[in-house]
Formats: sequence, C-alpha cells, structure tokens
Amino acid sequence: MNFFLEVLVGGLLSGIMYALVALGFVLIYKASGVFNFAQGAMVYLAALSVVGVMEWGAPLWLAVILAFAIMTLFGIATEKLVLRKLVNQPPIALFMATIGLAFFIEGLAPMIFGSEPRALDLGIVDEPIPWILDNWNMVISKFDLVAAGVGALLVGTLALFFQYTRIGRALRAVADDHQAALSIGIPLQHIWAIVWGVAGFVALVAGMMWGARNGVQFALTFTALKALPVLILGGFTSVPGAIVGGLIIGASEKLAEIYIPPVMQDLFGGNFGGIEGWFPYVLALLFLLVRPEGLFGEKHIDRV
Amino acid sequence: MLYREAGQFKTTYAADQQLFPIRQDRIGLLLLLAVAFVGVPVLASEYWFSAILIPFLIFSLAALGLNILTGYAGQLSLGTAAFMAVGAYAAYNFQLRVEGIPILVSFICAGLTAAAVGILFGLPSLRIKGFYLAVATLAAQFFIVWCLTKFPWLSNHSSSGVISAQDIVIMGFNFDTPVSKYLLVLAIVSVMALAAKNLVRSSTGRAWMAVRDMDVAASVIGIKLMPTKLLAFAVSSFYCGVAGALYAFCYLGSVEPDGFSLDMSFKILFMIIIGGVGSILGCFLGAAFILLLPIFLDFTLPGVAELFGLPFSNATVSHIQILIFGALIMFFLIVEPHGLARLWQIAKEKLRLWPFPH
Repeated sequence: MNFFLEVLVGGLLSGIMYALVALGFVLIYKASGVFNFAQGAMVYLAALSVVGVMEWGAPLWLAVILAFAIMTLFGIATEKLVLRKLVNQPPIALFMATIGLAFFIEGLAPMIFGSEPRALDLGIVDEPIPWILDNWNMVISKFDLVAAGVGALLVGTLALFFQYTRIGRALRAVADDHQAALSIGIPLQHIWAIVWGVAGFVALVAGMMWGARNGVQFALTFTALKALPVLILGGFTSVPGAIVGGLIIGASEKLAEIYIPPVMQDLFGGNFGGIEGWFPYVLALLFLLVRPEGLFGEKHIDRV
Repeated sequence: MLYREAGQFKTTYAADQQLFPIRQDRIGLLLLLAVAFVGVPVLASEYWFSAILIPFLIFSLAALGLNILTGYAGQLSLGTAAFMAVGAYAAYNFQLRVEGIPILVSFICAGLTAAAVGILFGLPSLRIKGFYLAVATLAAQFFIVWCLTKFPWLSNHSSSGVISAQDIVIMGFNFDTPVSKYLLVLAIVSVMALAAKNLVRSSTGRAWMAVRDMDVAASVIGIKLMPTKLLAFAVSSFYCGVAGALYAFCYLGSVEPDGFSLDMSFKILFMIIIGGVGSILGCFLGAAFILLLPIFLDFTLPGVAELFGLPFSNATVSHIQILIFGALIMFFLIVEPHGLARLWQIAKEKLRLWPFPH
C-alpha cells in the first residue's frame, strides 16, 4: 500500500510537469486556434537560452530575464512573420507551419548556444524529504514538490491574469469569438502577439523545471509529445483541463508502468517494460471514445 | 500552343470518361513511363538507384497512402510510419511462416494486414475529429512500434526486433541488383498510383472529398460516414503497408521497429504538404523534394561555408539542415499553400495560352 501511494504521488507530481508544457499549448490554441506543435521546441529554446546566457557569465536571475526577453521576441516574431501570413488558411496548414517552426528552432537554438547536454542548477536538490521518509516511509522528491508548487503558482497567476486584467479580458474575448472581439475594437494582432509572449513565458517556466530535472538537452523537445495526451484528455481549450489531465496522465502512466508489465509477462513471457511511451495515448484515446471533446473541452456543435 | 485540348472531340462515353482526357497528357505520361522503365536503367548509376530512386518511389507510395487519408478524406494522421512498419513486418512473417508463398502475394497480404490495423485505429475517427484525431493516431505510432519491439514472435526472436528481409524471387528470377529492385518497385508504384488516380475520381473518392469538406453535410446528403471513413483508413493503410514492405525488402534489406519513428511520419506528412494535399502528382513531387533537399544541402553547405570562410563543423551543418528544412516548410505554406502540384497546374494553364498572352 505504501509503495502504491508512493508511485501514485510520484506520478501526480510528474503529471504537473507535463501540465506545465500542456499549458502553453492551451493558451495559444484558445486565443488563436493554432495547435502549436512547436511548444516543445520552445521549451528547449527557453531552457537553452537560460543555460547559454549563464555560460556567458550572467547570474541566474539575469539569465531568466534575458531568456524571457528572447522568448517574447521570438513569439512576437513568429506571430508577425509566419502566422499572420497564414490567416484564413485551414487549421491543418497552421499546424504544419508550427511543425516547420519546431524544426527551425531545433536547428537554430543549438547553433547559438551549443548542443551539448548541460545541467541547470536552480538551487533545489532532487532528494527525498526526510520528514516524509521517516514518518510514512515514502520517497517524495523535494524537487517534485517545488515543481508542483511552481505549477500551481503559474496556474493561479494565469487565472488571475485572465480574470482581472484588461488584457486578460481581451484575451478571453478573442478566444470566445474572433469576429465579435474585432468588432468591439480589440486589436486582434496585438492580442496574438501577447499570447505568444505568454506562451513563451510558460515555455520558459517549463523549460527551467524540466531542464533542472533532466538536464538541458535535445530531449526537452520531446516534452511536447508527453503533453499531447494530457491535452486531449483535458480538452484543448481548458486551463484546468491541462492540470487535471496532467495529474491523471502522470499518475496512471506511472502506475501502469509498475503494474501492467508483470501481468503481461505472465501471459506472454518476455520483457514488456517501456509502456510509458504509448500508455498515455491509448488511455486518452479510450477516454475520447466516451467524451470526444476531452474532460473540460468545449462541446462542438456541427452546423451545416 | 502545344498543350491545348482544342480539337479533341469526345464521341463516346468511354472517351469522355478516360483517366487522362487530354491527348498531350497521355503522351506525356507514356513518355515519362518509358523514360522511367527504359531510359533510367540505362543511364543511372548504382548509387542513384539504391540511394535516391528506390527510396523516392517508396516514399511516394507512402505519401500516396497518407494523401488518400488526409488529402482526400480529410482525416489527419501522424502514424504513417507505424502502418509502414506493420507492412514490413507482415511481409517478413508471411514469407517466413507460409511455405512457398509468392513474394507479391505476401506484399499484398502485408498491405491487407496494414489495412486491418488501419481500420482498428481508424475506428475512433467516427467520434473524434480534427486535432483530437491527429493526436489519437499518435497512439498507433507509439503502440505499434512498441509491440514490434516487445513481441519477439513478430521478428522471429531476433534481438531488438531487427528483421532481415528475405530474397525477392519471382518466377525463378532473383531481384538482387539495384536495377532489378528499382524496376520491381517502379512497376508496383505505377500500378498503385494509377489505381489511386482512378479511385479518387470514382464515387468512393467523391464521397471521401465530401466527408473531408464537411462530414455532417456529407451524411445529410446520404453518404454513410462509417464505411466511408473506415474505407479511407483501410485503403490508405494498404498503400502504406505495401510501401513499408518495399521499404524493408527493396530498399534497406534489414529494418528495426525504431526505424519507423515519428520523424518518418512527419517526413511523409511534409511530402504531401509540400507536394500538394489532395493531389496524386503532388505525392511524387513532394517525395522528390523532401528526399533531395538534404542531399542538396549536404553538397552545397560545406562549399558555401568555405566561400565565406566560416569554420563549420559537422554538427553545425546538420543544425543548419534542420533549420533550412523548417524555414522552407513555413515558406512553402505561406507562399504556395497548395503545394508543388499547384505550381504545375499554373504552368499548364500558362502553356495553354502560350505564346499568346490572352
């Protein structure tokens, strides 16, 4: 039972790390209807800029600010140079463009900052918390808890930003209906630039957490693949959906990795590890069969 | 002046319904096939066959499969490589386990196996649409590759799932040289491309396009969504499965499951985007472009670097390649969202008027 709980909590905490990446997807999808496949590459770019700037001798806080500036500029440039020219194209064309963008970043970022894997030290140690280890005999990493806290803080900030600021209200209006928002005088183009800036910020937070966890390396781009099942489970348009989806995917993935392979081994023989790679997708797929728009997604009504 | 349908009168229904209604098109196609079947084998070198022409034809076939699903039936799929993997492993297993089965029959069986798997993963498309479906097809991508790695029976208990394709022997003739493999692939691809061209203009193809444009409207005018969508998945996977079998047997010789990665799926997706979504010709143009671009960059980048006196390492060159690749895809989408096939169409329209401006 203790072991089960430990796996469960570990899974939930890693699920928050997935949710951090998924949040970036949701923000852009909500505001502009673009399914931004480059979010993973943006996470990589953000983490790499932090490490790269630190290598030039800057302290952590300055590196983070500079990386934020880089991400914002990059987001605005993307919006101006690529997506604005693709307005009125079908969503699949926009999606393809973001795959192109992902390749572009994956080529550009290592050229500027170097491609060798590096560690990112945020000053948080990845070790079990002694108090929980003593009292409940469970290994819960301090780092995971901090990551969860950061995730919660980020979601809270975003929620406040969306709910109470002028820009946040404009963002929600645009997400609801582009044309209606335009007609009451919301500058659509500025809003999109802001959204890409915010998505860049989320990518920066995710990049720092993932980078500190696994090292800053090319594999960071694959975080996008981890975030996709979270997205479809939670619904593309819902911020709480990203969080809840992340928790479900994280927990079920870790539990499945522990409990399913032994069963399959009994049935077929052989080694069946590594089901983490596909389990979230199959879970999300099965879930979609019951609820096609995800947990919190908007119900889509077709009209002829 | 040369390319003009004026004066070509159709006097029978058969003439009116033929696949290439304009005489110049028919002559052009025959010339192209003649060059491909006779001219190229005489002229091309061994390197061209095994490194460029064979993969070009195989990827064209896979792109054709994806284009049927995505371009004609409108179901976005990111799992193409997985269906190719199913085809490759099925062909290998049919050859291995069925005594005396002709290789062409096992290619067809491989296609059918892939089609069955395709239908299975196409089932969610009845409820899920758009990007949700695209992400769901990723489940196929990861799950199939994992299965091929973990179930040793599928790869005849070889380590890490690597299979070595058997010899291709048809009627006692062993296809072991690059030229003979090229001709075999070319024959299969030509037949399947013509079949696809025919299929997409039939009532099935029109039903697919109606579903693509709006599936609710299609169902209102009496198109049954379930059979139409599943047929699109089946036909598409059949093409991908045969392409996968050819990939293993005629191109690489030995393949591993991880070779059929997500990257490969994306590559095929790029081919149909750059070539032209919803166009048979576009599959070939796109495949040629995507395959030739890295080779072209490989040749030119070091030269360019020398020209400017930049110290390029191999890693930098590969980064620049990825960067240019991504930039080109964005460029193409912005400048010509209908792909290279559209450029060809424009060229044809211009040719009709040439040399007079109006």
